[in-house]
This record gives sequence, structure tokens and C-alpha cells, in this order.
Amino acid sequence: MARRSSLLTVLLVLVTLVGGALVGAATGIALETSVAHPAVPKALGAPCVAEPAVMRRAHPDMLKHGRDVVLRAGDRSSPVGLTGCIGCHAVKDETGTAVSVSSPRHFCRSCHDYAAVKIDCFECHASRPEPGKGAALDGGPAAFVGLADPHAVADLAAFAATRRPEETAR
Amino acid sequence: MTSACSSTRPGCGSACTCPTPATAEPVDAERRGFLAGSAAVAVTTLAGGAMLTLWPESSEAAGADPKKRWGLLIDVSKCADGCTACVDACSTENGWAKPTSQTDPQWIRKVTLRNPTTGVTKSAPVMCQHCDNPPCVDVCPTTASFKRADGIVLVDKHRCIGCRYCMMACPYKARSFVHAPLEDQKPHAPRGLGTVEACTLCTHRVDRGRAPACVEACASAGRAMLFGDVADPASEIAEAIAARPTTRIRGDLGFDPGVRYAEL
Repeated sequence: MARRSSLLTVLLVLVTLVGGALVGAATGIALETSVAHPAVPKALGAPCVAEPAVMRRAHPDMLKHGRDVVLRAGDRSSPVGLTGCIGCHAVKDETGTAVSVSSPRHFCRSCHDYAAVKIDCFECHASRPEPGKGAALDGGPAAFVGLADPHAVADLAAFAATRRPEETAR
Repeated sequence: MTSACSSTRPGCGSACTCPTPATAEPVDAERRGFLAGSAAVAVTTLAGGAMLTLWPESSEAAGADPKKRWGLLIDVSKCADGCTACVDACSTENGWAKPTSQTDPQWIRKVTLRNPTTGVTKSAPVMCQHCDNPPCVDVCPTTASFKRADGIVLVDKHRCIGCRYCMMACPYKARSFVHAPLEDQKPHAPRGLGTVEACTLCTHRVDRGRAPACVEACASAGRAMLFGDVADPASEIAEAIAARPTTRIRGDLGFDPGVRYAEL
């Protein structure tokens, strides 16, 4: 009798351990996959405006700066702008046409969905290049011709730095 | 919250409401490491370019020139009744579809005038008159309506809240409201749901030394439209205005429109 009860106890402990491990593993998997990492389409060629680390951080400020300079001041001397970004970062679907922001594969959306940051740019701006215009991702490094103006790049980087003094100071 | 606001951030006034919650400390520590990295890259890029001015120096004057005043002269006697070349060109250039209802956007329209006494009819295009004292700018609560230094009146859709005060204020019915979502707009003419829009005098072309699309189309149709800098007495348009009587629609309102009509 005593032997039987001890055997039952051992079994019970084993079942608890294995079950717990299974549940834990299951929970772990669920946590990892509940929010999928964004499949950000890889860019071709050299970084054209600034390094990816700078772009990730400062692109909203650059775009906001550019919009005031172009629209309100009428200064179109900068070779970089949203239209250029859209032209080179366009993602093509199976049929070879660039996807709009309505597709989760859109370059901007892939990351913004993950970060849960809503962008209003495409309420007014086209989210893909005009048919036959702009270089989609498979357009190759030629897509960057005309965009890599070192002055404009340096200016945008400098602007991005001035916009975030509290961050550069740290 | 207020102590966080009184930091060295430029342009941070007393009414500032910067959200800097104390609970965000652990996240901040991580962010700082990342940001230090990106700042270093930014500085490196800067050193490589060795330029501190905001935009590259160029022979062209950057931005709208305050010495200029862009305007139009429309010779109504050359504007044929059935011709819509200017309207078609604007629609194609700026990506607005031909209106099918009164609420559809319409940047430029052909208006037919008839003198009921004599029966004489005339046809002329009417678009934003790019006033010097624009009432749309006066009434705009968000400074979305604005006049560029060179006299072109525009809507900054980044600021437009769609209140449509400007549409009420404009005596020319020049502005439209976008009621439906749009996709695949022209890259040079962004337009979207919930904002007001109007003729931009094709700023994207004017800034690059070209004439507006309507004027270019009219040049191969009736040759009724003339575009240029009315502030420059030597310009073709200024000479044409000086040489013959011209009129402005509702000139009595004192808005000083930039669009003039001859033979109206």
C-alpha cells in the first residue's frame, strides 16, 4: 500500500513537471509569435540620405522639415524628399506592380504596423510611384542616381541633430 | 511634468506639455544607448559633408522670391466658348477627376457670362485669383491657408482641418473640399480626404521656371492666357497689362487679385 502511494506520488510529480514544461513552452511560443517582427524590405545600394540608424530615428523630422521648406517657403533645391523615398523603397507584388500603403508589405507600413505608429502622410501623398516612374527595389543602385547629393545629405543630418539636442547631449 | 518642460529644448514655451513621464525610466536607459550611437553617425556624416547651412548654396535663389508677384492675364476675346483645354490640362496635371457633382473638386472651371440686355455671351476660365489680400487666409483658423512670398495662395494640407471657412470666404468659389478618400495622387500635387484644395498656379512647375499647365495648354489652343511676374515692369504680362484696359472679377472687394481679364 505504502509502495503504491509513493509510486503514485512520483508519477504525479512527473506529470506535473512535464505538463508545466509543456505549458511554459507553449506560452513562450505564443509570446514570441503574437507580434511578428516586421519583414522590412531590404534596400539596395548605398544609403542615400543618411545611415539607416539615423534614418530610423530622424526620418519624421526630416520629412516635416522638408515639407515646410518646400510648401511654405517654395524652396525646391533639396534633391531628397518623400517622392524620392517612395520611388526607391517601393515594394513590388507578384504581378510586378508597386504595392500601395493598403498592403501590409508596403515599406513604411511594414515597420509602422509593428511600432503601432499611425502615419497620415498617405492620406494626401501617393504611397507608390507613378506607373513607369520611380525605381522600385529591383531597380538596382541606379535608383539612387541624383539623390546622393552630399550637401543635402549633410544638411539633413545636421538638421536632424539640431532637432534633438536632448538626445545628442546624452 | 513642468520641470521636464523647462529643459533646454528650443522652442519649448511656457505652455509646453511635453509628455515626459517618470515611469519611462527603464525604457529611457535603453533608448539613450541607441541614440548615442545614432548621434555619432549623424556627426560623422556632418563632418564628411563639411556643410552647416541648411541647404546647399546654388546660383538660383532658394525659395519663393518676395520681389515677384506671379499673375495671369486672360484675354476673354480669344477664349472660345466650347474650349476646355485649360481645364483638361489642369485636371491631368494635378490629378483631379472631371466633376460629376457639385461637391466634386474643381480647381478651374469655364464660366459663361451673358448680358441679359444685349444677349452678348462670353466664356472665361475662373480659378483661384491669388489675391494679394486673400480672404481665405484671413479666416483660416490654423494658418493652413497662406500666401507665398511670390503671391501664390496655397493650402497647407498638413495644417488644414477641413473647416471650410476659406470656401465660405472666397468670392470666386475657387476652393473645393475633398469628400472621399483618394489614392495614387500625383506626387507633385498631394491631395486628400478632409482637406480643402484649389489652384496652386502649378507651383511645382513655376518653381522650376515653367508656366502653369493651363497656360501651356492654352498656348496651343486659343492663346488667351499669359503668365508672368506682374511686379516686373519689363515682363511680357506687365507690358500687356499696361498697354490695354484690363479688369479683375469683383475688383471692388479690394482683395487685389493676381488674375486679370481683358475684354471681359
